[in-house]
Amino acid sequence: MRVVLRNPRREVEVAGNRRVKEVLRDLDILPETVLVIRGDDLVTADQMLREDDVIELRPVMSGGSQAHAPGTGHPRREPASRTSRQ
Amino acid sequence: MKCRKCGAAAALELRRHNAAFCVADFVEFFRNQVRDAIRRHKMFTRGERVLVAVSGGKDSLALWDVLLDEGYDTTGLYLDLGIFDYSLESKAKCEAFAAARGARLVISRVADEVGAPVPVIKQVTRRPPCSGCGLSKRYLMNRVALEHGMHVVATGHNLDDEAATLFGSVMHWQTDALPRQSPALPSTHPKLVRRVKPLYRLSERETAAYAFLRRIDYIVEECPFAHGATSIAHKEILNRMEEASPGAKHNFLFGFLEKARPAFERAAGAVLHECARCGQVTTGTVCAFCKLSDQVKRAAGSGATAADR
Repeated sequence: MRVVLRNPRREVEVAGNRRVKEVLRDLDILPETVLVIRGDDLVTADQMLREDDVIELRPVMSGGSQAHAPGTGHPRREPASRTSRQ
Repeated sequence: MKCRKCGAAAALELRRHNAAFCVADFVEFFRNQVRDAIRRHKMFTRGERVLVAVSGGKDSLALWDVLLDEGYDTTGLYLDLGIFDYSLESKAKCEAFAAARGARLVISRVADEVGAPVPVIKQVTRRPPCSGCGLSKRYLMNRVALEHGMHVVATGHNLDDEAATLFGSVMHWQTDALPRQSPALPSTHPKLVRRVKPLYRLSERETAAYAFLRRIDYIVEECPFAHGATSIAHKEILNRMEEASPGAKHNFLFGFLEKARPAFERAAGAVLHECARCGQVTTGTVCAFCKLSDQVKRAAGSGATAADR
């Protein structure tokens, strides 16, 4: 089957009929970090995928700054001397 | 795998709840979690105007989608960070979402407000890009809310965001940050608008699934500056723990909110003033946003940041 990965977008081939959880394990991807998409549907970990399937493993993680309250918030790992106060 | 509610084929398994749901029952589960968050923390009422900070990503658009469906009086706020194609695409997603639903969208450009877009701010301050970006976002969300007569600002922070922030605060024992971490931050000054996080009960995977199943066209690509961000490293660690022990993130965050946070709450909060320059709220004389803006303009004046758009 063809497995589409994102960020960056790339594709890998996985041979044979496999369960979703086996495919994730083989690719060393934690189930908690992706949606498994086949066409317009989500696929659960126990489902069997066929040789001719195309699935997308869409990452769900986003990151960057975390917002704190004005007057207080500041990203961590800043040296104390450079910590600004809004 | 079968839906816990109706027995039909499941679309999503939620290991931390030891459950799986079909599409319709998952969407209802998701909305119930948002309703529960709003009710528990008295986030806002139907008579209040809610400014929803939207980035074009799954979380904020999923939040706006639920609030619109629930009939709340919402306005979207998109902050254009000026981060190359990423900002162009994310703005287009927000505009398309708002247009399709007939919702109001306010757009504010960081470059207009600070004097330069985020990539230039990063260069000028020589600090991590998330630093100046986060500061600008917090400031502008509050100011735009005040200018538009909004009662509350709602952001799309999810359970993973909150758990990662908590993890970072605990790792550095930032005891001043701990009492401020809350799903709802009240207004403690007339110029400080209440801030709420109605998705704090839902994991990142759940918000992504909701956005996908609701056919919300969101930006899947990461912010180009997010690579290597500390919060992502913390999320990866927490996801390893979650894999070994489903519910670990939930227990970490909810245990903190219920049991530990009250112990860190200070009897007296910081004294808040109005910034001598812009009038917004600060703990000092001049707020961090005005200082950042000065720094950017000084650098622009000296030609240090020529040709950086």
